[in-house]
Amino acid sequence: MNSQNIMFVILATFIVLSSLATVLTKSIIRAATYLLFVLLGTAGLYFLMGYTFLGAVQIMVYAGGIIVLYVFSILLTSGSQEKLSKNSIVKVLGSAALSLVGFAVFLFMLFKQNLFARVAALGAPTEPAGAGTQNSIHEIGNALLSSANGGYLLPFEAVSVLLLACIVAGLLIARKY
Amino acid sequence: MIQIEYILIISAIMMFAGIYGFLTRRSTLAILLSIELMLNSADINFAVFNRMLFPTGSEGYVFALFTIAIAAAESAVAIAIMINLYRLYKKISVGELNKMKW
Repeated sequence: MNSQNIMFVILATFIVLSSLATVLTKSIIRAATYLLFVLLGTAGLYFLMGYTFLGAVQIMVYAGGIIVLYVFSILLTSGSQEKLSKNSIVKVLGSAALSLVGFAVFLFMLFKQNLFARVAALGAPTEPAGAGTQNSIHEIGNALLSSANGGYLLPFEAVSVLLLACIVAGLLIARKY
Repeated sequence: MIQIEYILIISAIMMFAGIYGFLTRRSTLAILLSIELMLNSADINFAVFNRMLFPTGSEGYVFALFTIAIAAAESAVAIAIMINLYRLYKKISVGELNKMKW
């Protein structure tokens, strides 16, 4: 039981409990707060895997940007009175059964097929996933803007056009009439 | 040691919690929160497959970055729609937004 395993158990418990609380809590502002905890725990998982840049992006964009946007819009639409209510018991039970059956099928397939038997476990925390290999920030930056084999220039430009369209659409939709 | 299955199980729990929330929530903003949960679990899968199956590649890493950008764009436009709906109708619950139904 080294420190990496202990950290993983803590993060796993944190993520699982928070994601269940996100969908089960009554108040929507609490759901947003629990979602923030889930996203921070996910960033912790990325750090544990050695993907520090991805974890930083996760914290900055998701936790810093999207959650703040959600909290503002919840407060703007006075959604704090919005309750998880008026659901028939059949609907709740049906949704829970659907999720549980799906999860059970996932577990069955995962352990029955034994797909990942030859995959090595995650190494020691000192093992570099960034420096020297292909996933340092330098390499990622070069790969994002290169049009050579293994470059991602086309999806990068597509995402930039998407973000531009999203800015225009956000301004157009949310403006006052 | 941390096997790949453990992380996949965590992301599957997040995914099915998101599906449950998507089906049971009444407020559109809470439905969006559930969608964020599902997108985030897909991100975890991209990153963990890249890290453990193809440690020398960077495809999953880069596509996790793109997924984060697309999630940001999606939630921005959706929140703009919610705010516009709230201006027009003063409510954002899915049970009461039936103007365009049939």
